[in-house]
Amino acid sequence: MALAFDEFGRPFIILRGQEQKSRLRGLDAQKANISAGKAVARILRTSLGPKGMDKILQSPDGDVTITNDGATILEQMDVDNQIAKLMVELSRSQDYEIGDGTTGVVVLAGALLEQAEGLLERGIHPIRVAEGYEMACRIAVEHLEHIAQKFEFGVTNIEPLVQTCMTTLSSKIVNRCKRSLAEIAVKAVMAVADLERRDVNLDLIKVEGKVGGKLEDTELIHGIVVDKDMSHPQMPKHIEDAKIAILTCPFEPPKPKTKHKVDIDTVEKFQTLRLQEQKYFDDMVQKCKDVGATLVICQWGFDDEANHLLMHRNLPAVRWVGGVELELIAIATGGRIVPRFQELTPEKLGKAGLVREKSFGTTKDRMLYIERCANSRAVTIFVRGGNKMIIEETKRSIHDALCVARNIIRNNSIVYGGGSAEISCSIAVEAAADKYPGVEQYAIRAFGDALDSIPMALAENSGLQPIETLSAVKSQQIKDNNAYCGIDCNDVGTYDMREQNVFETLIGKQQQILLATQVVKMILKIDDVISPTDY
Amino acid sequence: MAIDNLFKDDATEEKGERARMASFIGAMAIADLVKTTLGPKGMDKILQSTGRGRSVTVTNDGATILKSLHIDNPAAKVLVDISKVQDDEVGDGTTSVVVLAGELLREAEKLVAAKIHPMTIISGYRMAAECARNALLQKVMDNKEDAEKFKLDLMKIAMTTLSSKILSQDKEHFAKLAVDAVMRLKGSTNLESIQIIKKPGGSLKDSFLDEGFILDKKIGIGQPKRIENAKILVANTAMDTDKVKIYGARVRVDSMSRVAQIEGAEKEKMREKVQKIIGHGINCFVNRQLIYNFPEELFADAGVLAIEHADFDGIERLALVTGGEIASTFDNPESVKLGHCKLIEEIMIGEDKLIHFSGVEMGQACTIVLRGASFHVLDEAERSLHDALCVLSQTVIDSRVLLGGGWPEMVMAKEVDELARKTPGKKSHAIEAFSRALISIPTTIADNAGLDSAELIAQLRAEHHKEESHAGIDVISGSVGDMAELGISEAFKVKQAVLLSATEAAEMILRVDEIITCAPRRREDRM
Repeated sequence: MALAFDEFGRPFIILRGQEQKSRLRGLDAQKANISAGKAVARILRTSLGPKGMDKILQSPDGDVTITNDGATILEQMDVDNQIAKLMVELSRSQDYEIGDGTTGVVVLAGALLEQAEGLLERGIHPIRVAEGYEMACRIAVEHLEHIAQKFEFGVTNIEPLVQTCMTTLSSKIVNRCKRSLAEIAVKAVMAVADLERRDVNLDLIKVEGKVGGKLEDTELIHGIVVDKDMSHPQMPKHIEDAKIAILTCPFEPPKPKTKHKVDIDTVEKFQTLRLQEQKYFDDMVQKCKDVGATLVICQWGFDDEANHLLMHRNLPAVRWVGGVELELIAIATGGRIVPRFQELTPEKLGKAGLVREKSFGTTKDRMLYIERCANSRAVTIFVRGGNKMIIEETKRSIHDALCVARNIIRNNSIVYGGGSAEISCSIAVEAAADKYPGVEQYAIRAFGDALDSIPMALAENSGLQPIETLSAVKSQQIKDNNAYCGIDCNDVGTYDMREQNVFETLIGKQQQILLATQVVKMILKIDDVISPTDY
Repeated sequence: MAIDNLFKDDATEEKGERARMASFIGAMAIADLVKTTLGPKGMDKILQSTGRGRSVTVTNDGATILKSLHIDNPAAKVLVDISKVQDDEVGDGTTSVVVLAGELLREAEKLVAAKIHPMTIISGYRMAAECARNALLQKVMDNKEDAEKFKLDLMKIAMTTLSSKILSQDKEHFAKLAVDAVMRLKGSTNLESIQIIKKPGGSLKDSFLDEGFILDKKIGIGQPKRIENAKILVANTAMDTDKVKIYGARVRVDSMSRVAQIEGAEKEKMREKVQKIIGHGINCFVNRQLIYNFPEELFADAGVLAIEHADFDGIERLALVTGGEIASTFDNPESVKLGHCKLIEEIMIGEDKLIHFSGVEMGQACTIVLRGASFHVLDEAERSLHDALCVLSQTVIDSRVLLGGGWPEMVMAKEVDELARKTPGKKSHAIEAFSRALISIPTTIADNAGLDSAELIAQLRAEHHKEESHAGIDVISGSVGDMAELGISEAFKVKQAVLLSATEAAEMILRVDEIITCAPRRREDRM
């Protein structure tokens, strides 16, 4: 196949080293790709929805992650197949863009591929399938906008936001206390949100975890928590109305970057140098003291002598604080990061109402709380939980919830969850399909079928009869002409998602459909896979 | 077309039932491993490290055993993790938490085999855990108001904790040690101020609590061996060669005489420093870093006791107990806070000389000196004592107390059973299973003691059907006894942590339906 012959009948080589490369062409390539994509989707399918299961992932170093977050599963899965990598990318981009729905997007893409396979077998050209999908996708996205509802909320009325975050959290292991976590997430987002610009800088929300305690002990701190303690064990552990000097220069003798040598050849020089050194330490501490700082937070280490001088002058200090935390502290306290002692001025100091050290459990873990800051726009969510894996999973879930809350602030349209939006879109797409002449009609119809697979997976995971449930919901949607009927995953007894308070963001749903369609189109267009065989 | 290389080479994937099986079996294996150490008649394990020296540890502490295992099964790792957390958080109950989680999974396995969805089991477990916790809350006793009774409670808890350890022979002695030590802390949980010194020799009975502070160091030669009304300066400063720290400084000389001069200057500098230190009016100087011979001589001349190389913990503790501050510069003698103590003397424990500070200012700190036949015994004794101290210090904060000997489990099981009867739906099977798992803890205790567990548990259950029963397993006499009379108590906080963490862990493992193991990272052989 990959061999061409010249006019004398001798074979000549087109692809260098082609005998070493494995090659798939034409329909075979498409089918192989499709089945790879489906295989990835199949792994995630059982994680979908509130009754979805978790996966254990063991990393190459033997660390264990237990999660149900699609993006995390795929990220850590160590896939080798090119198409599978595309799917991983897909869920990652959903994660970056929206932060939630990472499982759903992969399952949808898998369903689209499955449908495409059937069409290809009937002899429809892949490009026509892709085009049909594109049209159907447009219809679905428009339809979503049509059924979306505006969600009114304000600074005081955060209930709608909490409800939406709860939908996100209900599929995670933390669903036992989803209410409190959702409230924490929403309050955190509201604290840092810029409601006029309708944007939220999630960097201002720090999620910090510490093993121990219960999930219920998770709290929102209007301030910063730093995993450090005071540099000297005898410094005060509790400072009120702290004025904080934020330094990025070490309390150590200067180390100029140019290479130099100080030669000592006489006794006098030795002594002057010594005096200078002492004075240097003294000056550093004095400068901090002079500007009126009552707490020094430093990115670098301290010399023993400097440490004692600080302690001696009653100036508590924290050392080795990471760059990111330093920035957050600066934002929260309204201070400026000062790179040199000479540049310290009283205006550059940050202010916090209360700085305290808190210890945990029987080990010597201590953390520093900086609270009641001048600028309350930086907050910390402090996660507690029974073990490391729970904490990691909770952090991931909170991240999802934060993203969802942010999305609603950006765009307050919502659609109803529980697969209701997908079912409604599928009805709309199928109705529209008949209007299109040509082969695309089949592709559009296939798209509609693919959309059905999400509620189907939800029903399956919830232990319901998938086909019966789906057809019942669908018929009800058509009969009542409402788009709010979804799968009753929690066994509440009603299909109406408005009553169950299950919401998702409009942009999240739209993005899911768009991204999944794009990737499927890309996969369908590949008709030649050339991969080097093992050497 | 099958795709056979979705994952990288050597990566494995286990799905559905197989994955669930793998995690159940792994978790149960771990639980069975530590099961025999549970209870007062539990057995010990020998752990041999793979490192150099093949050092051997003999222990009965669940957390220690699990920490030392090399485990490949991911579900087993979850259990190891919870036991570690239990250790960090409350210090005791590390075995119980693993055993309970294992039993919960064992019951869950049966339910899964009976075609009940894991999610249903989880929601049942959750309800049961909540109900069990409430049952405990109703039965707690709180003697915070009454100091005498509270101390008695602490004593009982310490004895109960210690009775399953190597110290059980002298549990009264050690319980008293631990309670005294914790009471001195006056409510703080900072166990750092309780120092434990291990000295082989003698018997466990010879262990004692010292009210002062003992530093495992020797006094410099020619310095006073006994100081009354000591003024102590605690320091962290270089007393070897005090280098110039300005970057790039170096000595460059052109003749021998210059070398001598600089050396002289260095000596002079040290002499000055020592003079400054002595100028504080002290008669004892403790430094974290080394003290070279030269300054040591100077100190000896001035009649100052100089102790070098007291490690960081020692120095911090010393500063804490004597009330001094850790100094690094000595220019303002008037403002440095000095530490005080009534008497410093050299004492002998076994064959070792130690420095004993007694009559210290802050009464919080104390030292427990452990004596025992071998290092293994001492290590285990330290671990046991640490457990007891942790539990006690936590109880001081949260003074709620429960009875021991399987009593709390029976109370919980009874309530959970009630709940199961009231709950409609498949969940009730899970709730019932939860109560069976709870009962398995007293069963294990009885089994480990070589008793007829089936008989005892049946008796216990009957006893608990009466109101206000205090029945539990009396391992010593091998029958059902009144726990209140026997004085077996446990801290509420420990039980609660066991219950909640075990449920959480079981839940986590149950939720899994797929295990993906990445190819182990290969150590690259770089040529």
